[in-house]
Amino acid sequence: MTELPLIGEASTVAAEPPLAGARIGVVTFPGTLDDRDAARAVRLAGGTAVELWHADKELGDVDAVILPGGFSYGDYLRAGAIARFAPLMSKIIDAANSDAKLPVLGICNGFQILTESHLLPGSMIKNDHLKFLCRDQVLRVENSNTAWTVDYQAGQEITIPLKNQDGQYIADEKTLDALEAEGRVVFRYVGFNPNGSRRDIAGISNAAGNVVGLMPHPEHAVEAGFGPESLDGVGGSDTDGLGFFTSVLTKIVGGK
Amino acid sequence: MPRIVVDVMPKPEILDPQGKAIVGALPRLGFTSFSSVRQGKRFELTVDGEVTEEILAQARDAAETLLSNPVIEDVVNVEVIEA
Repeated sequence: MTELPLIGEASTVAAEPPLAGARIGVVTFPGTLDDRDAARAVRLAGGTAVELWHADKELGDVDAVILPGGFSYGDYLRAGAIARFAPLMSKIIDAANSDAKLPVLGICNGFQILTESHLLPGSMIKNDHLKFLCRDQVLRVENSNTAWTVDYQAGQEITIPLKNQDGQYIADEKTLDALEAEGRVVFRYVGFNPNGSRRDIAGISNAAGNVVGLMPHPEHAVEAGFGPESLDGVGGSDTDGLGFFTSVLTKIVGGK
Repeated sequence: MPRIVVDVMPKPEILDPQGKAIVGALPRLGFTSFSSVRQGKRFELTVDGEVTEEILAQARDAAETLLSNPVIEDVVNVEVIEA
C-alpha cells in the first residue's frame, strides 16, 4: 500500500515536470486559514506552490495567484475589506487587469477580497439564516472556459466543502443579468441554496475569465480519503476540487 | 478633541439579515411597537486639532473607499462633533 503523505505537510509532495515549472502563488494575510491546504492542492495537482505574504511589495515570479480562505483581519469592518488594501493586493489587481491576464482564484474569504477589490462585481453579506454553516455542497460547473475550470465539463456536478458565515452573494439585478448573459456565473449551488445567494450563485468570473471567485472550498477536496465522499457519503468524489488546480496548470503550461 | 462621525447603513433594497433577527427578538422582550429594524455602523474619527474643510473631505473620501462598500452600503451622514 502506498503511504499517503500527511495532511497539512505541504513539503511532502514533490512537483514533477513539466507542470512543476508552473509557479502558483498563495497569499497569506493576517487571519488566513487555508493557505497551507491551497499550497498542498497546488502540489498535488503537479505545480509548484509559492508562499506570498500580504505585505510584500512585489509579486515576484508567479504564473497565477490564489487568495485562500480564512478570516483576514478577523472579518473586521467587512469581510475582506482591510485585506483588499494590502500592498501585495495592488500588484495582484494590476496583474489581473493587465494584458498578461494573471489567473487569480479567490476562495471564500479570497472571493470576498476580490469583490472588495472590484476585480469581481457584487458583494457578500451575512448568510440569510445568520448561522455559520459547514457542509458538503453540490455545485454545477456552469462555465468550463475560465482559467480555473478548463479541466471540468460544462454542466458537471461536483461536491466540495462549504464553510462560511458571510456567504450570501448579492448584486443588483442589472449586474446579475449581465453576469448570466456573459456566462460569468461559473458555479451554481445545486439542490440547496446554503446562504440565500442571488440566483443560487456560488462563484463568478471577470469578463476575461482569468479571475474566478467562489465561496466553497475546492482545496479541501483534493485527496482520496479526506474529501466529502468519506465524510458523509453525499456523493461526488473525494477529489472533485482538484480540477481547479489542474485547470490553471493546464492553462499555464499550454499557454507557454 | 473634535471627532468626525460617519454613519453607514445597508442600502434600502438590500435585505439586512441582522436587522431581521433583531426585529424578531424585540417582541419576545415585550417591545411590540417596532415593525422593522435596520442595523448600520457608526465610525468616530478623532482629529488632533481643528477640523478643516480638507480634513472633512478626507473623511468623506475614507467613508466612500474604506468605511463603506458602495455595492451594499450607503454613507448616510458625515458630521463633526466637538468633544
